[in-house]
Amino acid sequence: MAPVKVFGPAMSTNVARVLVCLEEVGAEYEVVNIDFQAKEHKSPEHLARNPFGQIPAFQDGDVVLFESRAISKYVLRKFKSPKADLLREGNLKEAAMVDVWTEVEAHQYNPALSPVVYECLINPAMRGIPTDQVVVEESLEKLRKVLEVYEARLAKHAYLAGDFLSFADLNHFPYTFYFMATPHASLFDSYPHVKAWWERLMARPSMKKLGATMAPKP
Amino acid sequence: MKLYGATMSWNVTRCAVALEEAGAEYEIVPINFATAEHKSPEHLARNPFGQVPALQDGDLYIFESRAICKYAARKNKPELLKEGSLAESAMVDVWMEVEANQYTSLLNPILFECLVKPMLGGTTDQKVVQENLEKLKKVLEVYEARLTKCKYLAGDFLSLADLNHVSATLCLFATPHASVFDGYPHVKAWWSGLMARPSVQKVAALMKPSA
Repeated sequence: MAPVKVFGPAMSTNVARVLVCLEEVGAEYEVVNIDFQAKEHKSPEHLARNPFGQIPAFQDGDVVLFESRAISKYVLRKFKSPKADLLREGNLKEAAMVDVWTEVEAHQYNPALSPVVYECLINPAMRGIPTDQVVVEESLEKLRKVLEVYEARLAKHAYLAGDFLSFADLNHFPYTFYFMATPHASLFDSYPHVKAWWERLMARPSMKKLGATMAPKP
Repeated sequence: MKLYGATMSWNVTRCAVALEEAGAEYEIVPINFATAEHKSPEHLARNPFGQVPALQDGDLYIFESRAICKYAARKNKPELLKEGSLAESAMVDVWMEVEANQYTSLLNPILFECLVKPMLGGTTDQKVVQENLEKLKKVLEVYEARLTKCKYLAGDFLSLADLNHVSATLCLFATPHASVFDGYPHVKAWWSGLMARPSVQKVAALMKPSA
């Protein structure tokens, strides 16, 4: 079987979302960089993969996909095994819980957390834009409220969808990894079950491996 | 099943469309925001973020509209998801993500400015509306290309990807800006097809403010 291809910079959060799923299921893959400086994401070749001109895109033989969560689900379905059933589509209740907490990451967690990553890491390092502390403070306020809900949930279950690791947990990896490189990582200290859950995730070989390639350069 | 929330919320009616198409037995139970019912302990037990919709099926509580829609489809009409087929389910997932991340993300501020703000005593910010309409046109170009090739978004079969677009689009047609679709004939035809479905007609009627 030929390795599947993921198009986009490996350090990009949404590319990493797909890569962590590939690592968890043990699939063979290659990352094909897309050069944003050279506007490669707007080239006809790339638009044929992703009509919105974004990353990631994905190819497995004839199957060409875009949108990181859709790609990830394809990977988790195709390479599902007794050791790695991260969607639980065979079980109505479990699949529902995976879906709920996947949506929560997208609509509650990420909107509160990602502005801190953009303001503290991406804007200064990659765009020469200084950190907007007002945006950071507003986001941290929202994030605290979200983490209260996570704390209650993770006090009851080892993982978000229940007592099993799932796609819902994996979705949190990329942006949280970068958040931990900002000056505000200690926010998680106030939420002991959330912190313990994050440490459990980061102890996994998949996340240790990807984290090493994603570590922001000094 | 019980679907909690008001029918003026396009997140609630997104679920109503899925439940109708799936042929599920359900009732809508209104949540009164004016009395802060969404922050009551009863409701927080259904949705810990204190939002709507929430769904109750026996002792199972589900929240986040798209998770609810998927549950309804998986339980009652799995062909809307095609989870048995790797290639087809992938297409359904792609276009469900596109609906959330590219399409509805632009409709949300437009609908908020045109429909919600006036109700709350505010004035529509036309600049916000225009900026998002311009971005929406770029997105509709992609949809036009797709729907020129396929009858529905995921392929030649109706799926949850198409249905998830309905509620917010119905609301768009209640604003002065429905004409944004005029430049995109295949998108318009796709929409007319969806509008003709009995499930969509039923939800559209639910969304009309009571006399």
